[in-house]
Amino acid sequence: MPEIIKHNSVTRDDWQVVTADTTAVPAGSNLLLPYPLWQQQRTALAGRSDIGIWFDSAELPSAEDTAAIQQLPLIAIHFPVFTDGRGFSIARLLRERFGYRGELRAIGYVLRDQLCFLKRCGVDSFVLPEGTNLQAALASLDDFTEYYQTSVDQPQPLFRRL
Amino acid sequence: MYVYTDTDRKILGQRVAQFRNQTARFLKGELAPTEFLPLRLQNGLYIQRHAPMLRIAVPYGMLSSRQLRKLAHIARHYDKGYGHFTTRQNIQFNWPKLEEVPDILAELAEVEMHGNQTSGNCIRNVTSDQYAGVAVDEIIDPRPYCEIIRQWSTFHPEFAFLPRKFKIAVSGSAEDRAAVQVHDIGIELVKNAGGETGYRIYVGGGLGRTPYVGPVIREFLPEQHLLTYLEAILRVYNLLGRRDNKYKARIKILVKALGTEQFAARVEEEWSHLKDGPATLTAGEISRISQHFTAPPYQQLDAAAIDAQLASHASTDKAFANWLKRNVKPHKQTGYRIVVLSLKPTGVAPGDVTDKQLDAIADLADEYSFGEARATHSQNLVLADVDGNRLHELWQKLKALGFATPNIGTLTDMICCPGGDFCALANAKSIPVAEAIQRRFDDIDYLYDLGDLEVNISGCMNACGHHHVGHIGILGVDKKGAEFYQVSLGGHAGNDAAIGEILGPSFSQEQMPDVMAKILDLYVEKRIDGESFLDTYRRIGIDVFKERVYA
Repeated sequence: MPEIIKHNSVTRDDWQVVTADTTAVPAGSNLLLPYPLWQQQRTALAGRSDIGIWFDSAELPSAEDTAAIQQLPLIAIHFPVFTDGRGFSIARLLRERFGYRGELRAIGYVLRDQLCFLKRCGVDSFVLPEGTNLQAALASLDDFTEYYQTSVDQPQPLFRRL
Repeated sequence: MYVYTDTDRKILGQRVAQFRNQTARFLKGELAPTEFLPLRLQNGLYIQRHAPMLRIAVPYGMLSSRQLRKLAHIARHYDKGYGHFTTRQNIQFNWPKLEEVPDILAELAEVEMHGNQTSGNCIRNVTSDQYAGVAVDEIIDPRPYCEIIRQWSTFHPEFAFLPRKFKIAVSGSAEDRAAVQVHDIGIELVKNAGGETGYRIYVGGGLGRTPYVGPVIREFLPEQHLLTYLEAILRVYNLLGRRDNKYKARIKILVKALGTEQFAARVEEEWSHLKDGPATLTAGEISRISQHFTAPPYQQLDAAAIDAQLASHASTDKAFANWLKRNVKPHKQTGYRIVVLSLKPTGVAPGDVTDKQLDAIADLADEYSFGEARATHSQNLVLADVDGNRLHELWQKLKALGFATPNIGTLTDMICCPGGDFCALANAKSIPVAEAIQRRFDDIDYLYDLGDLEVNISGCMNACGHHHVGHIGILGVDKKGAEFYQVSLGGHAGNDAAIGEILGPSFSQEQMPDVMAKILDLYVEKRIDGESFLDTYRRIGIDVFKERVYA
């Protein structure tokens, strides 16, 4: 089982990402389905607690899926490249507008140096590129411990906390 | 001027530690060059033609004497003894060593300075009116709002990896001196009919490859909604801005593609979710920040006596009279004056200052202007609060230091990027062109006769020299490996902002002084009753200039 960072520590994890070109739900458990596939198969998958979804950086959750999204155990956001910052906004939308409280994961090409900002946007687990020293990377979650803006981890801006 | 709290210092200290770690990992090979690139850019560090370049933020142009002395020290200790003021009111050093940059940033943090977000695809250093707080035509002092935006945009977790760079400017006076209409977001502080403070919001202006004057997307945004509304604009841009082509990634392209109304509707929709949320400004916060920008302890001065004294000096000393006319501006406080230090003497790259000069400016700021100075987007410096009784004395000192060239707002006060001599992006050199023009037009009476004239030079399409909004704009272009210069006319960055029109085929560097002479001769022939270059151009159009220049 590969190692990931989850809830501020390094842990093993067996969730599988089902690729975007997949047209049917594969066998097996703990599957992260592409958002469009899950939308098609949603009724068939109802009641399964081992199904999550992932958003690509150009995909936005649809308001009509709000209630179903809230029930998912795991949602991942895919970063095709670490400079594609759309995932930061998607994360905040899922947390702040869609009311998603489950695990939110960053997958794809994410740098250790982005952990703190991702955490601030509501992401709480991270799959980092192979070869990353995960124990060392944990420190980056707390690159900053004080912030000016409102965000998921600290909804009150600094000026309301003075 | 804003003074850091313990929390501001803590956040900045954590940034220095973060970048020290990143630099160390890069030097050990643990961080790939492509991965280090956006991280170092967001700390102000470029890798340039000869060496790294470090760009240091001067938030909305305000500098204390203590900060100036630190910049002098950095120029002396880590660089080759000089720095360069940029068109975004920042200062950059052209010769730091990569491995020493974390130490430079640690030293800067001691005086509440940094290179944060001076580059990269993030919200950049906010800019404003260099005469904020002292201008006679000011409606509302923009600096507290600039500081509020600075804090909000600093390490904003959602907007650190935007499609492209993002620049915000704020103006609070009748005359727009901050070029708000050519920024990604331009904010004009206004009062509504009920006398309440708010903002007119422009979005999608910009220079570069595709220059646009930004449209207004909201005529009046009430004061407390500044940050939630900015957040809505940035989120729409972050999610919808193009990322497939860096030349089409600025917000102006998105605004054009959607149309102003559709874009504004998207922002309003997003804002409807954020409006009145926790980021809504409180009266307490606006007041807390505003307290950092109160008036210094001005003396009660005798304006008539000062006017008489200045007139007397001016009548016997033409050079002083010239300086008064061009480099000294009226001040809202009776008897005080705003003094502009020209960083454009002929033979010096526009905006360049030495370590000794920086130290000297710090001393002058302490002695004549309550310990503060300002950087301007036209690459000069300002002492904003000078007692009129002491102008003659200050002038003599400025003359000795080389800052009294009486050319502010004239042809030789050119805006000029570092160009091909330094910048890796440039197609052509810009400094030698500026110098050739300065040498050709060195007669002060002729310059004064030409009057207000903005000549802006960029070494490439990225338009750091703001050539699109120069009355005369000069752009360096590459023609089969040779450096050429394209001329545009009629640009302007103020209230009635306009993008210049291209005159025609480009010219060699050697031709440029003659081309300028033809343009200026035609203007002098055609102007009516002291009409400015810009007004004449707007009246007679570009064709007559084409005929003359390409005859």
